[in-house]
Amino acid sequence: MNHDSYSDDYIRGILNTVKSIAMVGASEKENRPSYFAFKYLLERGYAMIPINPNRAGEEILGRRIDARLAEIPEPIDMVDIFRGSRHALPIVQEALALKPRPQVIWMQLGIRNDEAAALAEANGLKVVMNRCPKIEYGRLSAEIAWMGVNTRTITAKKATIGGGIQRLSLNRMSVRGGATEAAAAAERAQHEEGTH
Amino acid sequence: MTERIPGFATLAVHAGAQPDPTTGARATPIYQTTSYVFESVDHAASLFGLQTFGNIYTRIGNPTNAVLEERVAALEGGTAGLAVASGHAAQVLVFHCLLQPGDEFVASKKLYGGSINQFNHAFKNFGWKVVWADPDDISSFERAISPKTKAIFSESIANPGGVITDMEAVARIARRAGVPYIVDNTLATPYLCKPIDHGADIVVHSLTKFLGGHGNSIGGLIVDAGTFNWSRERRYPMLCEPRPEYHGIVLHETFGNFAFAIACRVLALRDIGSALSPFNAFLILTGIETLPLRMRKSCDNTQAVAEWVAAHPQVAWVSYPGLPGDRYHGLAKKYCPNGAGAVFTFGLNGGYDAGVRLVSNVKLFSHLANIGDTRSLIIHPASTTHRQLSDAQKTQAGAGPDVVRLSIGIEDQEDIIADLEQALAAPE
Repeated sequence: MNHDSYSDDYIRGILNTVKSIAMVGASEKENRPSYFAFKYLLERGYAMIPINPNRAGEEILGRRIDARLAEIPEPIDMVDIFRGSRHALPIVQEALALKPRPQVIWMQLGIRNDEAAALAEANGLKVVMNRCPKIEYGRLSAEIAWMGVNTRTITAKKATIGGGIQRLSLNRMSVRGGATEAAAAAERAQHEEGTH
Repeated sequence: MTERIPGFATLAVHAGAQPDPTTGARATPIYQTTSYVFESVDHAASLFGLQTFGNIYTRIGNPTNAVLEERVAALEGGTAGLAVASGHAAQVLVFHCLLQPGDEFVASKKLYGGSINQFNHAFKNFGWKVVWADPDDISSFERAISPKTKAIFSESIANPGGVITDMEAVARIARRAGVPYIVDNTLATPYLCKPIDHGADIVVHSLTKFLGGHGNSIGGLIVDAGTFNWSRERRYPMLCEPRPEYHGIVLHETFGNFAFAIACRVLALRDIGSALSPFNAFLILTGIETLPLRMRKSCDNTQAVAEWVAAHPQVAWVSYPGLPGDRYHGLAKKYCPNGAGAVFTFGLNGGYDAGVRLVSNVKLFSHLANIGDTRSLIIHPASTTHRQLSDAQKTQAGAGPDVVRLSIGIEDQEDIIADLEQALAAPE
């Protein structure tokens, strides 16, 4: 699997399939990126489970924080890793020990660990790295276009309302739109420098 | 599996737009509203906190404007855009996000005269200091860099002189200095040149010109290339420090490679207020749908007109990079291989009086102070836009007494040339 670029169908397929997401490294602080993503995904109907050993037993938006993946009482579909790249491998190992196993390992924007990805894929899990599920949901539904963001999709099909004001559905037929190659190249260069 | 990437003309028609989700309207609706109702208090809180995507108030965002923003971002190959009231407004917002009082930026001295005024005078009141560099001596950009430098600015094709900046050389200097490179791509449009492909980090536009293209709407746009690492440089507090306006969020950390466009919207536009009317956005969007057709026709016309003017006995010189003998011809072939734009200047042997006579005698050309219209336009800067300058200042600005500027439209080539021919032949 090429982890430098993903097709929109691959990402949309994952976001359309998973229902429960454990977010490892979720913060209860309102100004943290993980809180933003957690809140957005919760509002879009995903069953969100925050994982943070330092805050275990507390709550984020009414959802109880567990210390480790193994403590989640119900099965989860996806593990969203909001920790530095070097922490990804043990988190994937923990995820693989779950019964049943999750179907997807997702590493956040700026996080990439090819060894962890290979381990997950060898065990039949789907992997996404260096992406944010909130941004991808916003991009593929086109909600993010309200902020002027290039969704890199085009379509002549009517968007589907996602329930509520200013909500668009992920179930939108689109083809690939404009590329942002310079941004992708800059991102690769940053990874090589290891600045993240 | 590789997905096909649509071509430029397809993006010019489709990027950013989709049939309206409730009515199915195919053309982009004009959302002529100031405000948007909230689903609930929680929804409002998410919107104000930037935790969800959506519209609050048209000063900060509007669904019609958003289509325009995505379209231009897609055409330029950028991650996000922000539409504003004018090209000048775009520049104020960009520099507001980059500079603090006492900071400097380096700018090419071959710029649209309005930008030279803005940088020299209006920006002084903000404590932002412009340091001029010469695009004909690229090392002058490097020499102009100081510890206070926060950005470098140039045009791709400069207005009006047809100067083409060696953008890749300037971009290398910007990278070494750790500052973003801003390119005004108004004259070229992304049809002729994509500055991001040549190292620009931020692209600004006056939409008023070729993008809108019909001389009916003022507008400006900022494109974020998504290439600059704000967190590494740590010199841009709007991007890399906790923002008190938004409960301490760090925009680059939260919005990644489109953080600059978000900063321009939620900090600069929100507080400075130079918002674009959605009606203007609609007209400009409609214009952009035909951008490739119009630019092709205007460039072909311009090449023919420039060749004809260059051969006229009353003409002393022509400055158009599309002409083989022009000093910027090589750079034009590199940066604008599909045409050197549709604006050029030339000098009349008869000087000031001959310029006045020409603009008085044309019947098809419109005598006015704009460029980038379907119509052909003419101006004699020395008697109009640059009238207040001394002769020496006029000459330095490329607006000497003999200079005439043309912006060539999409009329029939033969008619454009015939109008110049009769006007030049008119008796003194």
